[in-house]
Amino acid sequence: MRRATLFAGLIAGFSTLAMNAAQAVEIEYWQYVFDSRVKAMDQLIENFEKANPDITVKQTTFPYADYQTRVIAAKMGGQGPDVMQLFYGWLDKFVAGGLLQPLPTDAFPHDKIESEFFPIVSAMKRGEDYYGLPTAVRSLALFYNKKLFTEAGLDPANPPKTLDEFVAAAEKATKRDAAGNLIVAGSTLDMAGQDHQWWREVLVRQFGGQPYTDGDRKVAYNTEAGEKALKFYTDLQTEKKIGQAGFMDEGQAAFRAGMAAMTIDGTFRLGAFKSIEGFEWGVTELPANADGTRSNYASYFANGISATTSGEKLEASKKFLAYISSPEAMDVWLKTVGELPARRSAAMTEANLADPVYGPFLKGLEYARTTMFVDEAAQRQTTIDMANRVLLEGQSVKDSLAQAAAAEQAIIDAAAPK
Amino acid sequence: MSVTADQQGAALSRPGATFWERRSMRTKRLVWVWSFLALPILFYSVIRFYPTIEAFWLSLTNWDLLKPPQFIGLANYEKLFADPQFWKVFKNTFAYLLVGTPISLLLSFVIAYHLDRVRFMHGLIRGLYFLPYLTTAAAMAWVWRWFYQPAPIGVINNALGTLGIPQQPFIRSVDQALPSIMLTAIWAGLGFQIIIFMAGLRSIPNTFYEAARIDGLGEWAILRKITLPLLKPTTVFLVVFSSIGFLRIFDQVYNMTTNDPGGPLGSTKPLVLMIYQTAFSSYAMGYAAAQTVVLFTILLFVSLLQLWILREKK
Repeated sequence: MRRATLFAGLIAGFSTLAMNAAQAVEIEYWQYVFDSRVKAMDQLIENFEKANPDITVKQTTFPYADYQTRVIAAKMGGQGPDVMQLFYGWLDKFVAGGLLQPLPTDAFPHDKIESEFFPIVSAMKRGEDYYGLPTAVRSLALFYNKKLFTEAGLDPANPPKTLDEFVAAAEKATKRDAAGNLIVAGSTLDMAGQDHQWWREVLVRQFGGQPYTDGDRKVAYNTEAGEKALKFYTDLQTEKKIGQAGFMDEGQAAFRAGMAAMTIDGTFRLGAFKSIEGFEWGVTELPANADGTRSNYASYFANGISATTSGEKLEASKKFLAYISSPEAMDVWLKTVGELPARRSAAMTEANLADPVYGPFLKGLEYARTTMFVDEAAQRQTTIDMANRVLLEGQSVKDSLAQAAAAEQAIIDAAAPK
Repeated sequence: MSVTADQQGAALSRPGATFWERRSMRTKRLVWVWSFLALPILFYSVIRFYPTIEAFWLSLTNWDLLKPPQFIGLANYEKLFADPQFWKVFKNTFAYLLVGTPISLLLSFVIAYHLDRVRFMHGLIRGLYFLPYLTTAAAMAWVWRWFYQPAPIGVINNALGTLGIPQQPFIRSVDQALPSIMLTAIWAGLGFQIIIFMAGLRSIPNTFYEAARIDGLGEWAILRKITLPLLKPTTVFLVVFSSIGFLRIFDQVYNMTTNDPGGPLGSTKPLVLMIYQTAFSSYAMGYAAAQTVVLFTILLFVSLLQLWILREKK
């Protein structure tokens, strides 16, 4: 008797489940694992499902190192996400592989995208179509250690504004022991960190050049300006002696340990630096050059819709993508992950601009550029090697620059569609 | 005896017996054996042999994961052999092999030879030597990475500093990085080699030594005439095993140089790391497959060469 009741109950349970499934559309969302990002997305999905009871969203995550391979393998296997997250630098590859569909213009009109988002969103455009929209963007800024500034006789309320002031402050803050070993670096020097972006998009421009032309398909830094920019960078170690590549293993580790007075890093580092207890730190815009020229490097993860999604799933995906790129979602993202809103109106609020931490990053966004990498890791490697040849092998700045330009051009050419 | 023969005969001739029942005991047993053996063979074919053959085919294509592979002949190999980076990596790989294998074998033999005679805390000492082998390579590599840092955090440089010896750049140097990493790899594999050598030493009968001593042979002569020749199978095994290990070195290099994998300036990069980067960072699967085929050929050649050199001479 009891068994029969249980069985009836089970059947009833299954049928209600089945009925719900028939009414609700389920779409799948993919991103890589990063605790705060997953939490933020869980919250966004909850809000979205409350507003759209007929749609359920399933979030699937993979470790960052596997993420691209998983997306591509899923496509080959004929199944995958409806909405997926991708780094802006992967777009060429994802479009060429037929992973994404152009954003439907009825839901995402171009004039709206272009007027409401920061201009760096253009990195998601190929031909006449946009392939994704970011929720949040990241930019660079100069972090400084207030305690070390005070110890060195620098004003912690008045961080360096120009490159000259930056070098002067770094020289003052650098400490060495009796044997000449670095104890406190004036600034971190870490090409493998964010310095390669700083050199490429900021220093090269500040010394009067430009890193690339032709939509970032032609390397253009092998000029006098590029040479000055590289010399400025390597001189920080060899002439000014304000830091040393490899000091404390990584730049961010040196700063965290309170052994570097300054470091250039991105919004994504805020989470790690917020747990610092030994000292107070501040953030300021990247230093300008003597003429006041500023630049910055911005990057972002965007969300796009899979090429194979159609019918009611496509309608649901459009709604979901619209929600996760809405000002409300950006606010949730800023509070949970600490990344800057991708819409001008959501970012440039008075409260955000006045925020001592977010303010400098947001100002940087106004004039930031995004490099259209074809193979970020390989291109970064050419910049790391360029600096190392000067620092470790004593190659001349001019030769090393020329060698790097040739190597990077070869990487870009090899990736060009045939 | 005759009963069983009769029974067998009856079974064979019984009308209506199935095909299986009509087979002899021997055939049945063979079928059973082979069906059990088929499982691992099938398993290996699917997860080992098939991908290996597939890799040979892929090395002749331009597969990039996204588009279906297209046959491009030997273009990947031409590109590879014309790439200076490849030759640097090739040189590094052989440096790991040709320096790492002899040093690690010599060291482990000397330690095993002496440890074999130690009675005092023998188990503890042996355990201490074996411990690194049990530790995760990645964790060890990170510990060593910090040992090698400049002062004030690098243990080694701090020690050098107190002795008045100038600071060494270790893994931040084009010349010192490869030996620094090789040292950690040797240290990590030492425990295993010591255990195998000790097992080999123990398997040499004591009577040989006793006879030699009665005949008045010195320690050195005993080592040369008895121990080393009788240890040959162990040595051959370890040479091949250790060579393959050094040719496939990856964990130590990758974890000690994650910021600039295989760096600085590619001075520590082994072939396996190059393959990894080509495949899973640049997604040039065809090109990576060509590199894999080259590595396979080197491994095969080196192993066969060693087996031939160290063969039993009759």
